Amino acid sequence: MSPWVLNGLRRGVITTSYPAHQEAAKGVSPGLPASLVPVTEEAGRVLEALCPTGAISLERGEARVDYRRCIHCFRCCRGTDLPLDWKPGYEWATLTTGGLSAAAWPKAFHKSMHILVVDAGDCGACLNEVKQLSNPYYNIHRLGFFITPTPRKADILLVVGPVTDHMRLPLQAAYDAMPTPKLVMAVGACALSGGVFGPSFVARGGVKDVIPVDVEVPGFPPPPLAILHGLLVATGRKPPAPWQAGTAVAGSTRPSSALAG
Amino acid sequence: MATLAELAMQAEQKWPGQVQAWVDRRSPLCELRCPPSEVLPEVVRWVVVDLGYRFAGLIVEQETEAWDLRYLFYSIHGTPGWARLRIRQPLEMRSVPSISPQVHAADWHEREAEDLFGITFEGHPRLGDFVLHDDLWQEEVAPMRRDFDERIAIVERNPDLKWRPRRIVKDPGAFAMPVGPIYSGVTESALFLLETVGEDVIRAFPRLFYKYRAIEKIAEGRKVEECLLLAERFAATTAFAHALAFSQAIETICRVKVPPRAQTLRVLAAELERFRHHVGVIHEICESTGLSVAASQASILEEDLLRVSCDLAGHRYLFGLAIPGGLTRNFTDAACGGAIEAAVLVLRKLHELEDGLRYSSSFLDRLEGVGIISGDEAREFGLVGPIARASGLEGDLRKAQPYAGYQHFAFDAPLEIEGDGFARLRVLLAEAAESVRIMQEVSGRLEAGEVSVPVSPMPGRAFGWVEAPRGAAFHGVHLGGGGIVQRYRVIAPSFVNWHGFHLAAEDFAFQDFPIILATFGLSVAENDR
Ligand code: SF4
Repeated sequence: MSPWVLNGLRRGVITTSYPAHQEAAKGVSPGLPASLVPVTEEAGRVLEALCPTGAISLERGEARVDYRRCIHCFRCCRGTDLPLDWKPGYEWATLTTGGLSAAAWPKAFHKSMHILVVDAGDCGACLNEVKQLSNPYYNIHRLGFFITPTPRKADILLVVGPVTDHMRLPLQAAYDAMPTPKLVMAVGACALSGGVFGPSFVARGGVKDVIPVDVEVPGFPPPPLAILHGLLVATGRKPPAPWQAGTAVAGSTRPSSALAG
Repeated sequence: MATLAELAMQAEQKWPGQVQAWVDRRSPLCELRCPPSEVLPEVVRWVVVDLGYRFAGLIVEQETEAWDLRYLFYSIHGTPGWARLRIRQPLEMRSVPSISPQVHAADWHEREAEDLFGITFEGHPRLGDFVLHDDLWQEEVAPMRRDFDERIAIVERNPDLKWRPRRIVKDPGAFAMPVGPIYSGVTESALFLLETVGEDVIRAFPRLFYKYRAIEKIAEGRKVEECLLLAERFAATTAFAHALAFSQAIETICRVKVPPRAQTLRVLAAELERFRHHVGVIHEICESTGLSVAASQASILEEDLLRVSCDLAGHRYLFGLAIPGGLTRNFTDAACGGAIEAAVLVLRKLHELEDGLRYSSSFLDRLEGVGIISGDEAREFGLVGPIARASGLEGDLRKAQPYAGYQHFAFDAPLEIEGDGFARLRVLLAEAAESVRIMQEVSGRLEAGEVSVPVSPMPGRAFGWVEAPRGAAFHGVHLGGGGIVQRYRVIAPSFVNWHGFHLAAEDFAFQDFPIILATFGLSVAENDR
């Protein structure tokens, strides 16, 4: 036996038991600020002003967090005396309004799903977390997910990044080359709302500005388990997160710079 | 090496009446004002060739009535210090002498400035198609100019379908194979033009900036806190390093002294990030050679370190930690101790992996002699970081121009001379071990106290620098009244090193391409900005 095989065996099983059970290890997720918590008017205004992407809004005495805009800057928890609660977890993915999961086509997809990953201008972190999905801790192959380099074999298009203008056409071409039915999963705050980069004169405000999106995975970057949850939502094997989702396709208007003012 | 005062005196003597010099002892920096004439390349040659300064980068700024061009150089041996050449000329004058013939490292800086500001660099072989791709943008568009109208640029651009990348190899039977921008598995978007005459690839040139997010442009007019988000997030696999460089620039402008505990904790976080980054690249290298068991072991270690980072600082990529004035969080000594202990454990496993790799001849065969960059080439292109050090080129800003708490730490900057893929792997492994050693030393140096001081923004200009995991990074900031960013310049190690990538990708077998790419370990996001 090659020494490498022995080496591998010696490590034993480390793979997460998610999705059968929740993962309890430390450091698997940065968590998110709690949404819909009652706050005083004063605290609510402070939080609204603190959040650099306008993710926090005060509605009927509650601080609502739009997770599609949250960029994990921690200002709402470290930058104020009246911080929002921070909550652990990683089951953050939602189905968009108008979006579909694989369950909509019971016969169309095989048991194993092939994923085409397209970097449409990410900062490297989302992509790195997607890469972690193949490490032995997460090992998405065991759940029937495989990464493919060719659009023609792909069932799911996983897009990271706000969609830069230079990547718009390659992304569109990849989408068009995929056989139907196909699912699109936007991963990370940039892919959902433009994040800190878009919309601008060189980037869109997320994937939905270019192609219709079915599943949204918030986070900056979403940790591997959040992306895995997204894949399970896309295949109809896990329920989506309980909060309000975005729409599949954006309106035609394009607001100017994301962080202006 | 001459002191900065001597440098100033000599420059004024050599070019009387043409070069004016002054020394800023605080930085410490010597500024040489040059006329926009042939004198500039002469002074550049003197600073680089005769005095041995290293080129850091070019910062162009459009002022109300003049172009302001600053060429930054730093000393690599002896007393830390900077030399800055500066030219100013009226806005109507759109051309400047090129310094690329003297310092080839300036090549891409000039191309970028030409593309984004519409300035011509006389004597530079203009190649077109760089940041703004020629098939999408008209030549006249210059987004970094103050009068640039974003709304005009937003119109749907029609791609020029006839556009083809420029080819170099003209041999009969030669053909070009474009790879990208979307290719194989999980990779950042970039296009590689492989020119081949059959089995072997003769040259491979990258076409980058598919991920151009114009962070230098969209930073303008924003407040410091908002700009910090861009600094931290444009290349987030090394987020802490860039957030730190930006914060240091602001601290210099606002004359803030960061508390000692924060300085030491900055070293801890920066080394944890370097360790995690290097392990990630080692993983890629194993993967590229098809050694799957080793690759999966390395990937376990990378995930371990991401978890350690998250457990310590709340975020797997250390977001939201560095701010101007210090850090947003104080870690208890126990928390630091825990992270350090975990890092030591990961290092032990990395050493086991390394032992295995050193006895895997099939692995070594694929790295040895592959993707060679000679010391002279590395010097000519001004390469930085582990790639430069694997080609025998010294240079580590932690030592040459200490920042944060690094002046208190004794550590090695490992050097190899072969310049091939295996040398790059050895440098990464040795640096990873050094990072853990530095982290261990941190625990003995932690003083009690605050980790941040308030910063009140004031107008001014400064640059901050770090030795990021991939090499030297410089963030130049110009703050106007009210703490509004007027100009933000990022000089990133991947930008510098991609410039020399084709040197390693000459005459190789096609199947070696992923290996060469992996041993470079560069980020596209960090280049494209
Ligand atoms: S972490 Fe930052 S972006 Fe997210 S809700 Fe809080 S303030 Fe807004």
